[in-house]
Amino acid sequence: MRDFWTLYRRNRSAVLGLIVLGLVVVLAATAHFLFPGDPFRLAGTPMSGPGENGFLLGSDQLGRDVAAGIAHGAKTSLMIGLIATVVAVCIGAVTGALAGYFGGWIDDILMRTTEMFQTIPSFIFAILLVAIMTSSIESVIIAIAVVSWPAVARLVRGEFLSLRNREFVLACHTIGMGDLRIMLGEILPNCLSPIIVIGSLMVATAILIESGLAFLGLGDPNVMSWGRQIGSGRTLLRSAWWVCTFPGIAILLTVLAINLVGEGLNDALNPRLRERR
Amino acid sequence: MSGSALLEIRKLHVALPPGSQRPYAVEDASLSVAPNEILCVVGESGSGKSLTARAVMGLLPAPHVRVAEGEIAFLGEDLVKASPARMRAIRGAGISMIFQEPMTALNPVMTIGRQIGEVFELHTRLKAAERHARTAKLLTDVHLPDPAGIMAAYPHQLSGGQRQRAMIAMALALDPKLLIADEPTTALDVTTQAQILHLIKEMQREHGTGLLFITHDFGVVAEIADRVAVMQHGRVVETGPAERILREPEHPYTRALIAAVPSLTPRPARAASGKTVLKVEGLTKTFRSGGRFLGLGGEARVVHAAKRVGFALARGETLGIVGESGSGKSTVARCLTRLVEAEDGIIALDGVDLRPLSRRAMRPWRSRIQMVFQDPYASLNPRRKVGRIVAQGLHLAGTEHREAERRARELLDLVGLDAAAHDRFPHEFSGGQRQRIGIARALALEPEILVADEPVSALDVSIQAQILELLDQIRDRMNLSMVFITHDLRVAAQVCDRIAVMRHGEVVEVGRTEAVFADPRHAYTQALIGAVPGRHWQGAAPDQHPDPDPDPGPAPEAKMEREAAAAR
Repeated sequence: MRDFWTLYRRNRSAVLGLIVLGLVVVLAATAHFLFPGDPFRLAGTPMSGPGENGFLLGSDQLGRDVAAGIAHGAKTSLMIGLIATVVAVCIGAVTGALAGYFGGWIDDILMRTTEMFQTIPSFIFAILLVAIMTSSIESVIIAIAVVSWPAVARLVRGEFLSLRNREFVLACHTIGMGDLRIMLGEILPNCLSPIIVIGSLMVATAILIESGLAFLGLGDPNVMSWGRQIGSGRTLLRSAWWVCTFPGIAILLTVLAINLVGEGLNDALNPRLRERR
Repeated sequence: MSGSALLEIRKLHVALPPGSQRPYAVEDASLSVAPNEILCVVGESGSGKSLTARAVMGLLPAPHVRVAEGEIAFLGEDLVKASPARMRAIRGAGISMIFQEPMTALNPVMTIGRQIGEVFELHTRLKAAERHARTAKLLTDVHLPDPAGIMAAYPHQLSGGQRQRAMIAMALALDPKLLIADEPTTALDVTTQAQILHLIKEMQREHGTGLLFITHDFGVVAEIADRVAVMQHGRVVETGPAERILREPEHPYTRALIAAVPSLTPRPARAASGKTVLKVEGLTKTFRSGGRFLGLGGEARVVHAAKRVGFALARGETLGIVGESGSGKSTVARCLTRLVEAEDGIIALDGVDLRPLSRRAMRPWRSRIQMVFQDPYASLNPRRKVGRIVAQGLHLAGTEHREAERRARELLDLVGLDAAAHDRFPHEFSGGQRQRIGIARALALEPEILVADEPVSALDVSIQAQILELLDQIRDRMNLSMVFITHDLRVAAQVCDRIAVMRHGEVVEVGRTEAVFADPRHAYTQALIGAVPGRHWQGAAPDQHPDPDPDPGPAPEAKMEREAAAAR
């Protein structure tokens, strides 16, 4: 673990990303203490600029506090990003592992299915899914997971394909080990690092998709989110620039930070890049 | 060392990046090559022989590895100080190089003719038609059939031997004064190797080229060298005429190396009990590749990896299966251990045919046939501790945890590893030690038959001798029967009681080892035995006691892997 940190630390921007991400997490965790109460609450004079009338980042046309929205939105974004990614990685890893390990017709069927999902542009597909289901936080998570698992499936399949014929795996066959045990106990631990890396980058994509959906008004109407703030403030862009701008910066910083962290993990976990000092 | 030397390396030091195992890859090395002379640089992996060659070409992996000190004088000009532009002019025209792996040394998207023509394009002002004519002549000179066809071909369309011939033609295009060959025949089959060695020698004599030949194989040295330099841990430990080094080596390391080369004279076969444990009949396996999604797409390509292979194995006996790459010997090994499903034939263990058994039905039989793999770096799960790897089979067989652990320690001791190995990860071990771990794993289930698929071909010759000795001891102690797959007839002569020679998936000859070596019946067997490099050389005077280099610590790449694993 200490060695891992030494390797990770070599990439300065990754450390910066980790710090920014840490701040976002802290903000999300303390939202209830910093801005108690409902972020949808009318808190004061509408259209106050940043710093006016006790609003740190201003208020929107209904007098809602932008800063409170950002803090509570951080919670939504991170939660949706994480849960959707975990679901997507699980579906993708199982599909990819089965396809890569068994090959043959199992591989054919699973991969053609995966390709079917990949042929539809992912954001449009997500809109379609949310439009079919009700606008709830669960359906947003499901939609994001459904559009993002194929990438994981392809990656895991590739890893399993190359590892299943390695001699150490063959050796497990010769001592009579079962397939499930070989897949979970022998092969999977050897392809964890690329899965971790792709997973971290998928969190960023998931946050973007969620914001996009909320911007279009397809998010959960009862949950505050960054995309929703931008969406409701876009008509005021010329008269009250702060309503859109600050949530936008929050999305930008968070996604950038997660991407930097992902890059850093890739550098630290990828043995081929490791010799670069 | 005469003043007329073509290449004179004086006190060369090649520095490794800080934090490496040793500060210098090559240390204080002095060598010289005269015109029309073949100097063989011999050494095991990590001896610095390849880096010496690369330093001459100015192809060191800069900036990490660089010449720190010393002089490389080519016709009196110091190449260490030469500018990049000057080096480019010298490379190809003055010095050229042949690499080990012709498939990767040739550009796969360019035709052979175009690649050779490029050499002329870079260094001469010849017109296209002249370049074409010169290229065709070169290809004829290296005895490639149909030069016009070869010129239009891409590298993957040629065989390994043809590719290496094309590489040699390219290297000789501008009639260089010095040719550097870095293990040019290591990736080739033994019969092809003999032809390529012959060709290199012929070309060298014809052109009067000086040749710096890097190899690890003393057989090849005996075949080709005028003079020999032996390298160990980056230092040149002995130089001298080939005759003397091969017959009366002086330095203890050279002696140990030569003593570790297995002799081609088969050792007497041990008395077999006569009771057959394994009987294989009509074993057939075909591989189909291509044929896309649900059978749509192109026609499938069919390879007959094993065609009606049959042999018998007596208790306590070692049967060697020898053959070149693509002969199907590994497929047979994998069919025996049921890693590959044979489509026809009988694999009878104590009279029970294993081939048609389902995976579940096979399970109780698994422990009786175990396998040792070729690549010690790929055959151990990098994320498991050695003790776990060895005990895995016992755990699966339902042995109690403590008992399994005790057995694992015992086995590690049996294969000559100390008890501390139990709790370490595979990357902390060298190739030879890893192979010992692989053997311990195979022995854990107390098999009756051990299938060893090229168990020593990835190892240096001194380590190879140790592993063969270990296998020998274990076989005697546990009364194991062994199927030993190898491409190396020297190894086969020392290990096997009987050998089966395979070619294109068929067994062409089976017999007692001495009988096959003394009087090969099949033309292919004769060709194989005739092609073994240095077959007329029987090693140094046998009175010296072999004192092989102790297994060195983990190789540099192993060190990197260790950092990698620690990070996870």
